[in-house]
Amino acid sequence: MNIEPLLRMEKIKKVFSGVVALDDVHFSLEQGEVHSLVGENGAGKSTLIKVLTGAYHRDGGEMFLEGSPVNFRTPEEAQHAGVVAVYQEVNLLMFRSVAENMFLGREPRRFGLIDWKRMYRDAGEVLRNLGLQIDPKATLGTLNIASRQMIAIARGVSLGAKVLVLDEPTSSLTEHEVVLLYDVIRRLKEQGTGIVYISHRFDELYAVCDKVTVLRDGKFIATRPLAGLERMDLICLMLGKKREDLEKKGSTAFGDHHESSSAKPLLEAEHLRRGRHLRDVSITAGRGEILGMAGLLGSGRTEVARAVFGADSIDEGKVSLEGKQLNLRSPHDAIRAGLAFLSEDRKAEGIVPDWSVRENMTLAALPALTRFGVVSRSAQNQIVERFMSRLGIKASSGEQKIRDLSGGNQQKVLLARWLCKNPKFLILDEPTRGIDVGAKSEIQALINELAEDGMGVLMISSELEELVEGSSRIVVMRDGECCAELTGKEISQDSIVKAMAAEEAGGVQSDSASAV
Amino acid sequence: MAEALKSPLPRTRSSAFADYAPTYGAAAALILLILGNIAFTPNFADIDNFRNILVQVTPTMVVAVGMTFVIATGGIDLSVGSLMAIASAVAAVCLEYGAFPAILAGLAVVSLIGAFSGWLISTFKIQPIIVTLAMLIAGRGIAQVISNGGQLIPFSNESFEFLGKGSLLNFLPMPIFVMTLIVGLAIFVLRSTIFGRYVIAVGGNENAARLSGISVRGTKIAIYALSGLLAGIAGLIYTARLGASDASQVGVNIELDAIAATVVGGTALSGGRATIIGTVIGALIMVIITTSFVMNDIKYPYSLVIKAAIILFVVYLQRSKSR
Repeated sequence: MNIEPLLRMEKIKKVFSGVVALDDVHFSLEQGEVHSLVGENGAGKSTLIKVLTGAYHRDGGEMFLEGSPVNFRTPEEAQHAGVVAVYQEVNLLMFRSVAENMFLGREPRRFGLIDWKRMYRDAGEVLRNLGLQIDPKATLGTLNIASRQMIAIARGVSLGAKVLVLDEPTSSLTEHEVVLLYDVIRRLKEQGTGIVYISHRFDELYAVCDKVTVLRDGKFIATRPLAGLERMDLICLMLGKKREDLEKKGSTAFGDHHESSSAKPLLEAEHLRRGRHLRDVSITAGRGEILGMAGLLGSGRTEVARAVFGADSIDEGKVSLEGKQLNLRSPHDAIRAGLAFLSEDRKAEGIVPDWSVRENMTLAALPALTRFGVVSRSAQNQIVERFMSRLGIKASSGEQKIRDLSGGNQQKVLLARWLCKNPKFLILDEPTRGIDVGAKSEIQALINELAEDGMGVLMISSELEELVEGSSRIVVMRDGECCAELTGKEISQDSIVKAMAAEEAGGVQSDSASAV
Repeated sequence: MAEALKSPLPRTRSSAFADYAPTYGAAAALILLILGNIAFTPNFADIDNFRNILVQVTPTMVVAVGMTFVIATGGIDLSVGSLMAIASAVAAVCLEYGAFPAILAGLAVVSLIGAFSGWLISTFKIQPIIVTLAMLIAGRGIAQVISNGGQLIPFSNESFEFLGKGSLLNFLPMPIFVMTLIVGLAIFVLRSTIFGRYVIAVGGNENAARLSGISVRGTKIAIYALSGLLAGIAGLIYTARLGASDASQVGVNIELDAIAATVVGGTALSGGRATIIGTVIGALIMVIITTSFVMNDIKYPYSLVIKAAIILFVVYLQRSKSR
C-alpha cells in the first residue's frame, strides 16, 4: 500500500453565514477501502460530501487526491478527476435506455453522431464487471428501483471513479436487493475503488465497511477500524458520551409515582408497518405518563410519531385513543380525536415564517375560534395573552413575526399551538433540539407539569439525559423496530445505548420485536 | 409601536415594514402615474375618463383578485382567459332561458373546471403552471366548440346587458359596482375568515399547515374554483358590455395582465404573502399606462415595451425595499 492514501482531506472548514458547519475535519480513504461516515443530525456528513464533490467550496483546509492537491469548483470537475457521488434520490431519465443513462452527456461519437453500437457494448461491459445482469438496451423506467440504483452506481464507475460516494444507498432497497449491492461493492473494492459509505444502519456498516469516521456538530471525533469496535463504543462516539458516565444511575425525578400500571392505556398503537421504516411497531402509553423514545437517526423514531399522527400513510397497523380507533388518513383526523404533534423540524414543518406569533399560535385552533367562517380576533388575542405569559414567551407582542424570535421562543409558540387545544395526547419529536439552555429547562418543566395534569406524552429525543430524567418509561427504536422497553430501575443511559447497539444486557430484551 | 420600543429584544426595522413595503412602492408608482397624467395628458383629470378607466379595468381587476388567492398558495392560474371565454359562450348559448339561468350556468361551468384543475394539482401533485396551461389551451377550444366553432354570438337581452352597460342611479356603472363589491369581499375573506387564513398558511408553509390539521387539498381545490368563478364573472361583464359573445377573443392574454398586477402589487410569487389592495393598485397601474399611451397617441407596440419596463421597475423597487 502507498504511503499517500487515495484521498486525504485535512482540516476542512466550512462556514455558512457565520455558522460553522465543518471545523477542522479530517478524512482519508485508501484504495479499495470502504469507509463509513456517521453522525447524528447536523454532524456535517452531507456538508463534507458536498465539499468533497465540489458542490460547496471549503473555507479552509486542504484536499489531496492520489497525493496531489485538488480544488474542485464544480461537481463536473470532481467527476473528471474521479470523485463521483451517487445520491439516494437517483437522478436518471426514465424513458431512456440503460446505456443512454450511463453515458448521458458523454456519448461515444463517430463522425459527429452517437456511436450506438459502442455505447451499448461499453455499457454492457461495465455492467458485467459489476456482476449485474441488466440489458443495456432496456428502458430505465421498466426496471425496478434496485436496478436503477445499480445503474446509477455503474454510471459512476463508467466515469472512471476512483472515489465513489454512496449516500444512503440502501434506503429504498429491500433486504434481498441489499445483498446485490454488497456484491457490487465487493467487486468495486477488488478493482481498487475507494468508497465513502453513508448509512444509518449499523448492520450495514459492520457488513461492508472497513473503517468509520465519526463526526459530531461539525467536528471530527474519530476514525476507527470497524473490526473490533464495539457498537456501544461507536454510539458513544456519535452521541458524545463516555462509557463510564453512562454507568451512572439515571434515577428520574419522578421515577415511580408516575407509572400508570393501572387502568387502560390512553394511546395504543398496534403493529405499525411501513416498508423498511417501520417493522411491526407497537407502543402503548397511559394517562399522565411520559413515554420516552430513544433511537439513532434513521431508527424509525420519527416515523412512529408520524404514523400515529396520520402524517404518513402506513401499510398496516391501527392506533386508538381512549379505546376508540383512529382514522389514520390525515393529521386532521388525529387532531380531532385529541392528538397533537410537535415536529422535529421547526422550520420546515412548524412555523409559518411570515406570520405573527398570534397567527402561528392559533393555526391549529382556528376552527374553534371561528363563527360563520369569520375568525374572532379577540378569541385569538385571549389565547395569545394566556400562553405568552404561561410559557414565558419573549416577544414584543403577539403581532411580532415569529421568524424574528429565538429558536426557544419559536418552539414555545409551536407548543402553545397545541396546548391551546388542550390535547389528550401530545407527541413531541425532539422538543428541545437547537434551543438555548434556559428555554430548554422551561420546556422540560412544562412537559412534566402537563403530564401531572393527566396528559399523555410521547417524547422522542436524541439526548439521553433528557430521556432518562424526564421519562417514566422508555422504548428504544432500532432499524424500524422497538428493540427494548425500559421501566423503573432499568432506565439509564447505559441501558439505552446497549439497546441501541443491540447488545445483551441485564433487563433489556433486545430480541423482542415489540415492546408491549 | 410603543410596545415594540420598550421590548428588550432587538427588532429590525425591515421586519416591521415588510408587510406593507411592497404596497407602498406600488402605491407611489400609481400616484406618480396619475399626477404625471394629470399634468401632461389632456382631459385625463375628467370624471368621465376616470369612470371609463375603471370600467375598462374591471375584467383584469376581477381576474387579478382570483389570481392573488391562487398565488398566495404558491400556485398560478394561466387558464383564466379561456375560462372567461367559456363562461361567455355558455351564457350566450343559455340566454334563451333567461338572463339569470344563463349567468348561473356560465359561472357554474367555469367554477367546476377550476375545481377540476385544483383537484389535478393537489391530488396528483402536478405543477399548477402545467395544469392551468393545459386548461388554457383546452378551454379556448371548448369555448369555441360551445359557440359553434368560434362564431360571434350576438344577443339582445336587456337584463343581461345591464351587467355590462347599466348604471346604478345613473351614476355608478354596474362593472364598477361589481368590481368594488368583489374587492371588498376579497379583502374581508383574506383577512378575517378561516378560509383566508388557510390560504396564506398553505402558501406560507404547506407542511406546517397539513400537520396543523388543515386540508391542503381542499384548500387548493377551493382556490382554483374561486379563481374560475371570478374569471367567469369577468367574462360575463365583458360579454354583457360588448353585447355579443366572441369565444375566440374574450380574455386573450388576460392571465398575463392579472399576474403582472398581482406581482406589481406586492403579492409574493412564492406564496404565503398576499395583498388585495396591492393587486388593486397593480391593476390600476396596468390600465392607466395603457390608457395614457392611447390618449397621448403613442403607438400600441411602443406602449407594450414601456409597460414591461415599468413592471420590471416597480417589482425591482419592491425587491430592494423588502430585503
